[in-house]
Amino acid sequence: MGLLGLVYYWAFAILLMIGFYAVIAKPNLIKKLIGLSIFQAAVFLLYITMGKVDGGTAPILQDGVSLYSTPLPQVLILTAIVVGISTTALGLGIVVRIKEEYGSIEEDEIQERDRQ
Amino acid sequence: MNGAELIAIALLLPLVGAVGIAVASRIGDNTREATTLLTAGALAVTVWSLLPELMQGGRPSLLVAEVVPGIDLAFRVEPLGMLFAALASSLWIVNSIYSIGYMRGNKESHQTRFYIFFAIALAAAIGVAFADNLFTLFLFYEVLTLSTYPLVAHKGDAKTVRSARVYLGVLLTTSIGLFLPAIIWTYVAAGTGTFTPGGVLEGKIAGPAIGLLLGLFVFGVGKAAVMPVHRWLPAAMVAPTPVSALLHAVAVVKAGVFTITKIIVYIFGIDFLFAEPSSGWLIYAAAFTIIVASIVALQQQNLKRLLAYSTVAQLSYVVMAAAILKPLAEVGAAVHMVAHAFGKITLFFAAGAIYTAAKKTELHQLRGIARRMPWTMAAFTIGALSMIGVPPTGGFVSKWYILAGAFQADNYVAIAAIIVSTALNAAYFLPIIYMAWFLEEDVPPAKEHGEAPFAAVLALMITAALTLLFFFFNGPVLELEAQLVQAR
Amino acid sequence: MTSLAHHLPALQVIVPMLSAPLVMLLQPRGLARAAATAASLLAFAIAIAMTIGVLDGNTYTYRMGSWPAPYGIELGVDRFSALLLLIVTGASSFALLAGHRSVDADIDESRQPLFYAAWLLALAGLSGIPVAADAFNIFVFMEISSLASYVIIAGGSDRRALPAVFKYLIMGTIGATFYLIGIGLIYLMTGTLNLADMELRIHEVADQAPILVAAGFITVGLALKAALFPLHVWLPNSYTYAPNTVTVFLAACSTKVSLYLLLRFDFFVFQGNLVGHDIQFAYFLMPLAVLAILIASGVALFEQNVKRLLAYSSIAQVGYILLGASFVTVAGLTASTVHLFNHALAKGALFLAVSCLATQCVGLRLPGLRGLAKQMPWTSAALVVAGFSLIGIPGTAGFISKWYLITAALEHGPLGIALVVVLVASSLMAVAYIWRIVESLYFGEPGGDVSAVREAPLLMLVVTWVAVLANLYFGLAPELPVTLASSAAETLLEHLP
Repeated sequence: MGLLGLVYYWAFAILLMIGFYAVIAKPNLIKKLIGLSIFQAAVFLLYITMGKVDGGTAPILQDGVSLYSTPLPQVLILTAIVVGISTTALGLGIVVRIKEEYGSIEEDEIQERDRQ
Repeated sequence: MNGAELIAIALLLPLVGAVGIAVASRIGDNTREATTLLTAGALAVTVWSLLPELMQGGRPSLLVAEVVPGIDLAFRVEPLGMLFAALASSLWIVNSIYSIGYMRGNKESHQTRFYIFFAIALAAAIGVAFADNLFTLFLFYEVLTLSTYPLVAHKGDAKTVRSARVYLGVLLTTSIGLFLPAIIWTYVAAGTGTFTPGGVLEGKIAGPAIGLLLGLFVFGVGKAAVMPVHRWLPAAMVAPTPVSALLHAVAVVKAGVFTITKIIVYIFGIDFLFAEPSSGWLIYAAAFTIIVASIVALQQQNLKRLLAYSTVAQLSYVVMAAAILKPLAEVGAAVHMVAHAFGKITLFFAAGAIYTAAKKTELHQLRGIARRMPWTMAAFTIGALSMIGVPPTGGFVSKWYILAGAFQADNYVAIAAIIVSTALNAAYFLPIIYMAWFLEEDVPPAKEHGEAPFAAVLALMITAALTLLFFFFNGPVLELEAQLVQAR
Repeated sequence: MTSLAHHLPALQVIVPMLSAPLVMLLQPRGLARAAATAASLLAFAIAIAMTIGVLDGNTYTYRMGSWPAPYGIELGVDRFSALLLLIVTGASSFALLAGHRSVDADIDESRQPLFYAAWLLALAGLSGIPVAADAFNIFVFMEISSLASYVIIAGGSDRRALPAVFKYLIMGTIGATFYLIGIGLIYLMTGTLNLADMELRIHEVADQAPILVAAGFITVGLALKAALFPLHVWLPNSYTYAPNTVTVFLAACSTKVSLYLLLRFDFFVFQGNLVGHDIQFAYFLMPLAVLAILIASGVALFEQNVKRLLAYSSIAQVGYILLGASFVTVAGLTASTVHLFNHALAKGALFLAVSCLATQCVGLRLPGLRGLAKQMPWTSAALVVAGFSLIGIPGTAGFISKWYLITAALEHGPLGIALVVVLVASSLMAVAYIWRIVESLYFGEPGGDVSAVREAPLLMLVVTWVAVLANLYFGLAPELPVTLASSAAETLLEHLP
């Protein structure tokens, strides 16, 4: 397929790493959540890319068309997106509560406050 | 009532008794003491009832459950187990009488807890005695360790808890670390862990592996106190003396040497082990323990610690005798369990009586004490002579048989060990006897005192008498144990 | 099978799932609690019914909407699933029955219906995983249970639960996402998500490289969720700062379910298909398992907070389970699976005893526990016996797993002997850290005034003691878990070439 044909897979890998890096390296909790979202978005990209069949069209029945992309990954990803949204919402809710309790959303400051 | 039912009763009786003691303690102290005595008496009767069937060659058994495919919770009575069970249950009666005197005389606290765990420990001892396979034995062996822990830690102060931690630590480390792997190895190699006359390992294991497995067993059974896993025994001396007397002269330590002997006879098989050179190290380890423990005993100033190290040495007599692997020596091993039990329990009773009456624990405090406590010291003297092996005490009988077995096997190491240790025993016991009887008190006691409480003295007298009687009336025991070596 | 029996797999998930919104609407907190407990007990009953069914030899399969597999969504319950369902629903029921005081102490009255609703959702998710027979449904249930778990962990009044749950959320989501990548790659190569179908089709795939990558992603993702060393860092704080009832529930089952999945995927789906996969599995997992066992037990030795001590002990136990699995033999897998059950029993009972203690003693640090045994004899005794099960004293459930593990290890020659040494060493460490708690309870000098300390409420004690006695029962009569476990092991290894 050649390098260019695999561009979406490269995008997947790069987004994955960016997201992962943000999760690990950033002390700010919101940034971690952003990284997590990017991480999950990368996976969505992977699935959608998988579903696209070379030369296939959108998976809606039409006369005269014989090649469709497969709809199953799209369905799966819708579910996964919902899961991702719930996770992000919950994560943000926890961050709000942390801010209420600790007055900060930086990981190191929170650990400091607990140590006291 | 058939054998299986008797076995079940023997196991359940002390446990029911423990509950009974808990209930009775609400009513009153005397009711509680009566419950203990009643339970002990009933247990002894039950155990002795199994004897007739055994003497005729029968082997009553009881299968409780198949726990895991191939591994049962099962019991079977055979000569060695019968000996141990009869010893433990009979001496429990005497020990309970003694405990009443001691615990009340010292106004000990937590007496109910004491009697309850004592009953549980006896149930565990019966379980060990009657176990039909390694798994059942191991289960009750561990229960014995755990149920005696509260008894050792009875006083509850920091020093006692520390010593109790050593007790538990050594016993659990050896049992989980060495004994359990040895058991599993046996099950894997032989396909079974059931005690079988002639052993189960013949043909299943060969060469150095035999010596290694034997080592795992001998050092894994920490209760036999073969050096260097003996540390728990001196540490256990922080317990009240009734605990030291019954458990660490009789039940717990005898469980240890009983287990080793049983494994040698019924798992390895005497002939199988004799033919294997890699098992020869056991006699040396036992002899080493005998000599070194006796030397350490010589240096002790605290009476109970001296008796503890003497016990370590005496236990290794049994191990050494079992390791000689000749019929006369095996009988000697079994007989020594009895003789040592009678003698040592007398000595501990005496030590406890001295503590109760005079609050004395160190050797140098015993000068002239025989004047004030003649009965106690008479009993002590008999017990000491039994340890040394002087007729007409029981200790002489067992030493005779062990020596005979050693000669039969031409084992000069064993013979030398016995002779040297006899001399050492004399070296540390005779001075005490001399000091007590023939020297004057140099420091008058803080309080005038006479003998210990009556119950304690009564118990002393009984066990001292048993020590003497065993010299004369040891026939039945010998006959029973002869069955042991016939079924090779 | 009667028609109701036919629907049991679906009911297993539906009962808690539909009860959740109902419970949320029941404002009086007593009613909410009663409804939640009833739903949990009903789920337990369903699990027991299915266990009886599988022991008789039936395997439940259920097609949602009657669509045939592999197009439709399939549910399936075999002996391995039944074992897990017993653990999950049992843990939930016990925790709820005993949890009144703990929930009242930790959670606002007005919030309790919400708390119970979240609990039931977690139960639904955790029950759904053993029941589901296709990979994506498993993902969905996994995330349902995780999200609900985050809510109930953070539901208490201890603010330190919040950063702990945030870390759990991040790590758990990464784990789930790795899993998603893995099954995506498999879908890419085989075109199916149904587990049984996957197992057949993976054979036919020409290029095995993506399959290997998928296996790696799935294993790592599930290892994260199962708290395998070194991916365990979310566990100690989450268990420690969660409300005590929640810890009872989660400690008994959340990692177990992920381990179940790990074993299913690696053995059922992958094992027969990847050349040399079993060696990679063993070489990769065995050292990690050993490290988990030794390091976690070591940390537990020095830990002062009782809950965190037990949490590290759990991490070590995960090591035991994976050690058995890494042997790739029937004996090893049987040991592994039996330990799933027995550890749930032991840890569940321990945390129940701890929550009894917590009704009287705030803080649960070892110094604070000194001398409490006199005031709380039943609780302390329960803790001791449950501790014996953790150590593996004969006569308890924990001993049975240890026996099987050591027997399985001895089949491996010199390596096996080394592993036996590791197992024995960690048992001794367990003796040490359990004994620290026991000594503190029984022999410590009370710090302050403890005369006001009373024994825990009767219901809590009864539930705790039932759990403790279950440990003893299954230690002497382990037929049920052993039968289920050995069938599970055989099923898992059936597909080995």
